[in-house]
Amino acid sequence: MTAVSSPRQREILMSVTLVATVACIVLAAWEFVVWKFDFPKALLPTPRQCWNAAVLERLALFRATLSTGFAAFSGLLVAVVVGYGLAAVFSQSRSLRLALFPYVILLQTVPIVAIAPLLIVWSGYTFRTVLIVTAIVCLFPIVNSVTGGLLSTQQDTNDLFRLYGAGRWKRLLHLQIPSSVNHLMLGVKTSSGLAVIGAIVAEFFVGNSTSYDGLGTLMTGWANLLKTDALVSAVFASAMLGILLFGTVHLISNVFLRRWTQFATTTS
Amino acid sequence: MAGLETPTAGTVTMDPPVKGDAGGIAFVFQQPSLLPWRTALQNVVLPLDLIGKGSPVSRREIASDLLETVGLKEAATHFPSQLSGGMKMRVSIARALVTDPHVLLLDEPFAALDDMLRNQLGQLLLEIWERRRLTVVMVTHNIAESVLLSQRIAVMREGALASVLENPLPRPRTEDIRTTVEFGDFYGQVSHALRGE
Repeated sequence: MTAVSSPRQREILMSVTLVATVACIVLAAWEFVVWKFDFPKALLPTPRQCWNAAVLERLALFRATLSTGFAAFSGLLVAVVVGYGLAAVFSQSRSLRLALFPYVILLQTVPIVAIAPLLIVWSGYTFRTVLIVTAIVCLFPIVNSVTGGLLSTQQDTNDLFRLYGAGRWKRLLHLQIPSSVNHLMLGVKTSSGLAVIGAIVAEFFVGNSTSYDGLGTLMTGWANLLKTDALVSAVFASAMLGILLFGTVHLISNVFLRRWTQFATTTS
Repeated sequence: MAGLETPTAGTVTMDPPVKGDAGGIAFVFQQPSLLPWRTALQNVVLPLDLIGKGSPVSRREIASDLLETVGLKEAATHFPSQLSGGMKMRVSIARALVTDPHVLLLDEPFAALDDMLRNQLGQLLLEIWERRRLTVVMVTHNIAESVLLSQRIAVMREGALASVLENPLPRPRTEDIRTTVEFGDFYGQVSHALRGE
């Protein structure tokens, strides 16, 4: 046994132990339920069968995770650029904000599964369609969060900028953008989970692996073949992809953008 | 006076008149109001960045000198979250002085600080005033502070100017002046004026 020294290390060890315990219990219960009720493999495979399927299909799974990951990441990136641009416009004009913000909400409330077929008509069975669907799903949390961030400057600081005759542009550059970074990263974290969902849903529609083989494509294929064990392994792969994307965003936020994210809440 | 609000009545006259360009008037707020993503030095540079005066290098030099004036040379690369309340206020004062203003407005700048820091920063303000000879207008609720620092005290009561008192105390003033009879007398006068007697 290695000596656990700092309280932080102890805390990490404790949470890892707890999470692992829950996983063990769930897996054991799952194995037990399948054995007890004697479910056929096509209906509910055991964890071990799923693991074996994952090992068997590892190449297809790995490739699909990579392509879906790439789609989710690119879509998220597009959403950040477009969303930040929209938020910047909204922060500059109250009337534009009032006029356009409801439509951004509308875009959020229309189910993506309803828009996807339409997008296929316009954009075809291409990677571009997947990208657009993902970006639309990711857009709202970012626009909403960043608009709030750009507008949440303090009265004193506003006065200070006015006192030195700072125009719209300098205010945006030196005050609003730096103070919005924290809000941006919060929005991107929310959207990082949605990005994987968006990409997979898009792949369900864009479908056949001739033009694109992501996790969504694999899943529909395996579902049709009743390869339930492989299907479950794909579900886990997509969950891990979401965690990976979230972790990456978290890392970027805490390491590279530390100056703006760590202290932004304690403005003084 | 800073031009942040439109007066409801009356006029503001400055003699000599402050030029129209920004930076002639500086303001120190109740809170330090520093930007948390900028270091102490970068916070002091900010007004020059906003006005667009001088090259980036010369801006840093001016700001660096001012940080030294307020006794924070070593803390130049620290972020506001790493500074104490008194240090933040010093940075805020240095930031106000960086444009070399003719008029410095202070709105209860030391209200949130403890007595020790209040006195220290008061002395700092006196030093700066004696060296730079700028016009300082300071709003305070602390009579002792006003008596110690001022040349002239305008007493406000119920939102209107009640009286203007000339401060008879000699300069330079140090902490010791608080124990003199003159200090006590004038303190009494201001106190009376404040109560409307």
